[in-house]
This record gives sequence, C-alpha cells and structure tokens, in this order.
Amino acid sequence: MTTLANQQMTAKPAKNTREIDTRPLLWPSVIVLFLWMIVPLAMTLYFSVIRYNLLNPMLTGFAGLENYTFLFEDPALWTSLWNTLVLVGSVLIITVVFGTLFAVLYNAEFHGRGVARLLVIAPFFVMPTVSALVWKNMLMHPVNGLFAWLQSLVGMEPTDWFTNYPMLSVIVIVSWQWVPFAFLILLTAIQSLDQEQKEAARIDGAGPVDMFFHIVLPHLNRAISVVIMIETIFLLTIFAEIYVTTSGGPGTATTNLAWLIYSVGLLQFDVGYASAGGVIAVVLANIVAIFLVRTVSRNLQQG
Amino acid sequence: MKKTVLSLSIAAALLSVTAQAATTVTIGTVNNGDMIIMQRLSKQFEKQHPDIKLDWVVLEENVLRQRLTTDIATKSGQFDVATIGAYEVPIWAKQGWLKPFENLSADYDVDDILQSVRNGLSYEGKLYALPFYSESSMLFYRTDLFKKAGIEMPTQPTWDQVKGWAGKLSDKDAGVYGICLRGKPGWGENVAFLSTMVHSYGGQWFDMKWQPTLDSPEWKAAVTDYVNLLNQYGPPGAASNGFNENLSLFASGKCAMWIDATVAAGLLFNPDKSQVADKVGFAQAPIGKTEKGSHWIWSWALAIPNSSDAQDAATQFITWATSKSYVELVGQQVGWTSVPPGTRRSTYENAKYTEAAPFAQPVLQAIESADPTHPTLNPSPYTGIQYVGIPEFQAIGTQVGQTIAAALAGQMSVDQALKGAQSSVSRTMRQAGYGK
Amino acid sequence: MQDDARRKMWTTALAWFIALVVFFPIFWMAVTAFKTEVDAIATPPSLFFTPTVENFQEVFARSNYGRYVWNSIAVSFGSTILALAFAIPAAYAMAFFPTKRTPGTLLWMLSTKMMPPVGVLIPMYLLFRDMGLLDTVTGLMMIYTLINMPIVIWMLYTYFKDVPNEIMEAGRVDGATPIQELFLLLIPLAVPGIASTGLLSIILSWNEAFWSLNLTSSNGAPLTAFIASYSSPQGLFWAKLSAASLMAIAPILVVGWMSQKQLVSGLTFGAVK
Repeated sequence: MTTLANQQMTAKPAKNTREIDTRPLLWPSVIVLFLWMIVPLAMTLYFSVIRYNLLNPMLTGFAGLENYTFLFEDPALWTSLWNTLVLVGSVLIITVVFGTLFAVLYNAEFHGRGVARLLVIAPFFVMPTVSALVWKNMLMHPVNGLFAWLQSLVGMEPTDWFTNYPMLSVIVIVSWQWVPFAFLILLTAIQSLDQEQKEAARIDGAGPVDMFFHIVLPHLNRAISVVIMIETIFLLTIFAEIYVTTSGGPGTATTNLAWLIYSVGLLQFDVGYASAGGVIAVVLANIVAIFLVRTVSRNLQQG
Repeated sequence: MKKTVLSLSIAAALLSVTAQAATTVTIGTVNNGDMIIMQRLSKQFEKQHPDIKLDWVVLEENVLRQRLTTDIATKSGQFDVATIGAYEVPIWAKQGWLKPFENLSADYDVDDILQSVRNGLSYEGKLYALPFYSESSMLFYRTDLFKKAGIEMPTQPTWDQVKGWAGKLSDKDAGVYGICLRGKPGWGENVAFLSTMVHSYGGQWFDMKWQPTLDSPEWKAAVTDYVNLLNQYGPPGAASNGFNENLSLFASGKCAMWIDATVAAGLLFNPDKSQVADKVGFAQAPIGKTEKGSHWIWSWALAIPNSSDAQDAATQFITWATSKSYVELVGQQVGWTSVPPGTRRSTYENAKYTEAAPFAQPVLQAIESADPTHPTLNPSPYTGIQYVGIPEFQAIGTQVGQTIAAALAGQMSVDQALKGAQSSVSRTMRQAGYGK
Repeated sequence: MQDDARRKMWTTALAWFIALVVFFPIFWMAVTAFKTEVDAIATPPSLFFTPTVENFQEVFARSNYGRYVWNSIAVSFGSTILALAFAIPAAYAMAFFPTKRTPGTLLWMLSTKMMPPVGVLIPMYLLFRDMGLLDTVTGLMMIYTLINMPIVIWMLYTYFKDVPNEIMEAGRVDGATPIQELFLLLIPLAVPGIASTGLLSIILSWNEAFWSLNLTSSNGAPLTAFIASYSSPQGLFWAKLSAASLMAIAPILVVGWMSQKQLVSGLTFGAVK
C-alpha cells in the first residue's frame, strides 16, 4: 500500500532546504508503529489460513484458503461492504458540511460564545454505547421515545425509526457524535485565517457568501482533508452504535464489515474466519485510503 | 533515619504477610438485579471469611460472555468465579475448562436443587456449575383488560386462543397493543422466543443427521403466525424490542399480553418498577401442537474455571451464594419477592415466599416441566429448548435472528426469510464440519 | 454600527438555538438521571417530576467509582502525553524537513489504524497474558498510545504546516539545533493545535471501549467498564444508566471546559505575521 501511495503523491519541494538529520526525531514513532502494525498483521495473516476456533479446540490444522472461500460465499459480505461505504460516505458528507457551517457560525462574535461552543462539542465526549442507548430508547423509540411523543402532539403517526429507516437512524446517531469532531478541528483551523485578508475582502465588497467560498473554504481545505482522513479510519470500524441499536439488522440492513467480523469473531469465536475478515477489512481500508489520497492528498501538500 | 527505614520494612513485611493470608477471589458476573443483591450481601460473606477478599467485575451480559470466553479459553486465570448460563456449562465442561463440583457437604443439600436445573448444568453426570437463579418462560397478561373483555385465562392457553385474544384486546388508539413479543435479533433475544414457538408447533432445528430443517412447514407456520401477530397487534418498533424494551412497555401499561422470561414476574409485581403491579396475571406459555419445548429453561450459574488460582476460596463463595441460607438472607434483608427463583425446592416450600410471591407456583411449574433433553415432538439430535447445545449455535442463532427480524420489518417474505436462514445455517454447519 | 449589533443578535440567537438542539440528548440524559425508573419510561415523557438522587446513591454504593475515574484519567492522560512525546518531534521533522518519503510515511502511519481490533484480540490477549499486562493501567496505556499516535501525528503535522516558515526563519538563532528550535519556537506558537490534538486524544482514549473491556477486569478497568455494568441488565435501567453516564462524562466535560481557552485562544498565526 505504501508504495502505491507513494506513486500517487509526489513530494513537494522541501520547505526547508537546510540539510539536517531528522532520523532521531522521526524514528522512535516509526519503529513503535511498525512493530504495532507488523506483529498483529502477521498474526492475522497466519490465523486466516488455519482452522482456529476458540470454542472448539478439536478443530485444528492448515486451512489454506478455506476461510476466505467461506467468506466470499457469504452473501452478507457484499451487503456489508456496500453498507460500510454508505455509512462512511453519508456521515462524511454530513459532518463536513455541518462542521464547516458550525465552525463559521461559532467563530463569529456573539454572547456566551464559550459556553455555546462547548455545548456543540459535548456529544463527542459521550461514549458511543451510551449515546446509542440514549438515542434508541429515549429519543427514537416509537412508543416511549420523545420523538414519538412530539409527533403525536402534532397528530402524526410515530415513526418506527429502526425498523423502517435503520440505516438512516444509525447515520443520524453517528453523525451526531462526529459533527462535533469536524467542528472542533475546523474551528481551530478557521482561527488561523488571516484577519487582514478577511477585512480586505470585506472592504472590496465581498458578501458573506462570496467570502465563504473564496476565502474561508480554500483556507479550510487542508483541515477538511484531515477531518476526512481521520473520520474515515474511525467510521470504517463503527461498531458500538450498531451493536446497541439494530444488531446489524433488520436482516442485513445495517451490517457493516466491522459488525460482520464481530459476529463471527466474538459470537462464534472462530478466530480463523474472523482473521480472514480482518484481512479483507485491511485491504478495503487501504483501497479507500488510496482513493482518498488521490482526491485529498494534494490539499495536504499545499502550503 | 535508620529507624524509619527499619520500621518501614517491618510494616512492609507485615503487609505482605496479611496480603498472602487474604485470598482474592475475582468474580465475573452479569449486571442483573439478583446479582446486584448478591454483590451487596457479599459483605456478610467477607465478614465470615476474613481471609477471603472479593473483587467484583459486573458487566452486561454480552460483554461478560465475550470477556469470560476469551479469558477461560486462553487459560489466563483472571477470573476465579464465572457467571455463565445453561448454554455454556456443558460446552465448556466438555473442553475441560471448568472444575467439577464434587463432594459437596450434606449441609449444602445438593438434592434440594431442582432436577431439571441440575440436568442442565451437568456434563457426563458431573455437576460443573451451581445455579444462582433459573427462569423459564411464561405468559403475562393484564387481568383488568381480560376481565373487561370477558375472557377467562386458562392455566395453559393455546396459540390459537392467544391469536384470537390479541385481536380482541388490541386498542391502538388507547395505546394498548394486543401482544408484545421479542423482535430484536439475537440468539438470546428473538431466537430464544421463536425457538419455543417452533418447538411447540412441532418443528425442530435439525433432523437426526444434523441437517437443518428451517424450511419445514412447522417453521413456516410458526414464523408466519409470529410475524402476523406482531404486525397486526404488536407495538410499533417490534423488530427492535428485546426483553428490556418489552418489560418497559408492559410495565407502562402498553401490552395486553407478553410471553417472556419468568424473572419478569418479580419486576412486574413490584410497584416501584411497574405501573401495572396490581393487575398483572400469570399463565403458562401457550402451546401449539405439542407441549414439548413450549417454554424454555435457563439458569445463571456460578462456575470455577480450571485456570483459577483460588479454587478453594471460590468454592466457599459459590456454595455460600447458592445455599439455602443465602435464600433466607435475601428474604430477610431485601424482601421475599427478591429471592433468587427457580433453583431450590425448599424455596418453594417456604410459606414466606409463596405468600409474598403469587407467581411462585406457575414459575415452579414452568421450570419443572421444561425438559431440555427432549425439546422436540419428533426425535432430534440436540439438547436445549431455546438454543441448540453446540458451540456453533451462537453464530446460527445470530444469523437466523437477523433474517427473522428482516421478515418482521417487511423487508422480505416469510418464505424468503426461511429459505435464506436454511441456507446460511447449512453453510455454517458445513464449515464446522458436520455432515462431512 | 447598528447593523453590527443586529447581526450579533441574530448570530447569538441562531448559535444558541443550534447549540441547544445539538446538546439536547445529553440534557435529556441528565434529566433522566434524576428520575425514578418508572418516571424514566413514562409516556408522555414526564417533564415535571420530583427529582431524586437515589440513582446516584445506588451507583456509588455499587461501584468503586473513584477507582474507575482514576484509571480513566491515568490511562487517557498518560497515553496522550506519551503519544505527544513521540509525535511532536516526528510531526516537526515531517512538516519542516520533508523528504520524498514523507507522504508515504504519513499514510503508512494512518494505515496502522485500519486493522480491525476484533481480528487481533486473541493474539493480543495471549501476548498480554504472557507479559503480565492483563488488567493493568500500564498495558492499556501502551495500547492507547499506539492507537492514537497516528492521528496525533497527522493533526500535529497539519497544524505545524500552518506555521509560516518566515516566522520560524525570523526567530531562528544562528547555531540553534533543530531540537532547540522545536522547543523554543514551534511549541509556543502551536499551543492551540497541540491542545486540541491532546484533547482529541484524551477523548478518544476516554471513550475507547473495545480494548478496555477486553484487556482489563477490575484493577485496571476504566469508566467504559463502569458503564458496561449499568447498561442492559434484565430489568429497567434507563435512570441508573443515565446517572452512571453522567458521572462518566462529567470529568471529561470539565477537561473540555478548561481547555476551552487553549482551543480558542484566538492565537492566530496570521496575527503574528
């Protein structure tokens, strides 16, 4: 993957031309991360080609590609790949759009700015299991939930969120948690926007919309790239929200790859099979990463 | 200066002596109400056994199961007492992960434990876990609504009757749903319930050759009735309701009938936790073609992993927590309705309990009549009513649960769902090496 | 001038409206924490009720809250400090002395996070067992340092790239080593970036629930394990879970509150220029 990534990006000319030895600065991180990557990866690759079920020690031996064959025969695999992409894509769009708008809004002067900002960031502090439980049972529940009650106040039939719109519901919950993250990063970035430049544009008669598209957005480019990269990593393995709300269902409507691996790995304790799933997940994640690199990395290298 | 060093080292030496003397017993348990009471009352055990210190790890069921399985299967020895269910005990015993309970004292009176419960916790004639509490499934209903509709509830209703009543009692405008059932996917959720329904309709999971039979007419009849009942007379969102969701629905007066675990009886009967405490009735779980497998049996039991390094202290604790005197202790200190149910005959012979808990007799009857060794009308190769006692069942149950939930949510027809379930179960069994 | 005042009023109204909507689920959870279990599931939702602290009392009686909080603080702060110690020099090197390999290195670092933890649980468990790290704060801290480090490096890298080279040039003293430059010039300039990166790493560690639940049981167990003992028992649990959740997020909210100034200190690189 690394080599491919290298081909996608050409390093821009060095910012600093002084020749210095950066190895002592860089290597400690590189070495520990390398160990952290290679040991589990090697183990996963090894387990993916043997028969290893924790609950059934009788089952042993070299399995060859058996685990992979079973995985590819599983109709849920393709659904789960699709669901993973839908979930990641929608949440990315929602969080970047709202994160940017919020960052602009909360960067403006207003009364009680500090407190309001903290309130918006707060959802990110809540543990995923807890926020999923709160949304599922206190807000979205079609009988006991607050939304159902609000709907009944205006004479509407309560919506049965997790049955009729399972994926949408999961997306809403996950977005609620991750918009604050995008907001936090983008707010920090927007503060480094040159005030003078803004003033100059204003005097030139640029309206707020023009200013947003021509000055703010280009400035946030790199920060948005970072948000997308980091969120993608986390969203690819979204698990707790699905576990609490829909258990991947109904059917396979909300089964993503992480849930699929969990259900074979920790419900069935089939380590071999789960490892094969793990390898697939790594490959998928790298494909996504390379795709992202094409679109995003140019921004990162600017400036 | 020297003096301080000396006294410090003496203190350290003393500390290490006491540390050696006190054995720490790490207990992994579920966060259900009865276990919380056990944790609270265990202070008394520690007082009686000053040489034993208890360390509690209380977790929700799924997390605990995952935690205990990894620990015990890798022989890491983090836990000295494990709270496991009737499904795990024989499977884990077979792997040699658990220490058998032998030579229990006469005082403990092991024969007082209900036979059906003991059977479930034994493997090849040896007891591998002692039951903390046991449950079956039964039908809960609202006596006020039944009276108003002029229906008399028999002790053992049939599914045909239940179907008729659900329609009559459903009053959606008033926010009352005819029947509440588990719909949340999972082998311990919708599959547990549906499995009793299928068994009672005369169906089974596997034939004698371990071939899955999910495409049989019995499965189709049972699942069709289940889906229709919930879609016509059930609450909205039924496909994501598990035990807890249904408990809160019934406790807030939304359900006319509910078929679920007998432990709900104590919770529904408690006015602090239920708005319908004075109008809840109890009956046996409904039957279809056969009484066999119409209601489940489940025990939460305490076991000692072979990897534990404090097995003697753990045994002392377990025999305390599952003893007659513990039952007495809960009765006195917490109240007789909170006594751990379903394990000891003596509990049900105790007038204090039967008076305080009107549901005692139906619960006992359900537990005693459930026979996990003969769960099906026709011969079958497996034991277990709401589960099949093989390691692969967790995976199978999860897959089937998902497909049934999809049918309930209207994403596919019952026929499609069962066809899909049949093929996914066949796949898993093939992968596990059955029928090779 | 009047225009500005009106605009500020509208901004205030809009910003507060959105903030309250976004915060509402947490507020609702906090309210539920003071209800009885029966009130918590009542429909229509009971807005007026007699508040009770019974849930909090029970949570305190049942769990050693202090130990969980302490473990959470130790693990998340410890791992964040460690991750920053590794990451600041690395990000500095990559941002100011990039080579051909830098983009590849950065991406590779991120790719170490892509391994689904479920796939490697069993090997890690065996490794931890043999090293005696099961159920220890140290073990968990090591894991969190490693899983957060790529993200910390990435964020710092982007923040550092925002620091105009001219400022660095201007402050550069002849003969100063890159290490001196890092400590004397860059770190003071990049405080908001480092603070928000640190806060992010703390939050991620605080909420991490897979490794903490699987590798610890009691002595090293953080608040996620505390929460897992209140969620989904047989019986009603919304009020108690809400109380426990409130207790679990309270410390991190305080941290967020305190770092608020650092995050939005208004120190902009542009202004320095």
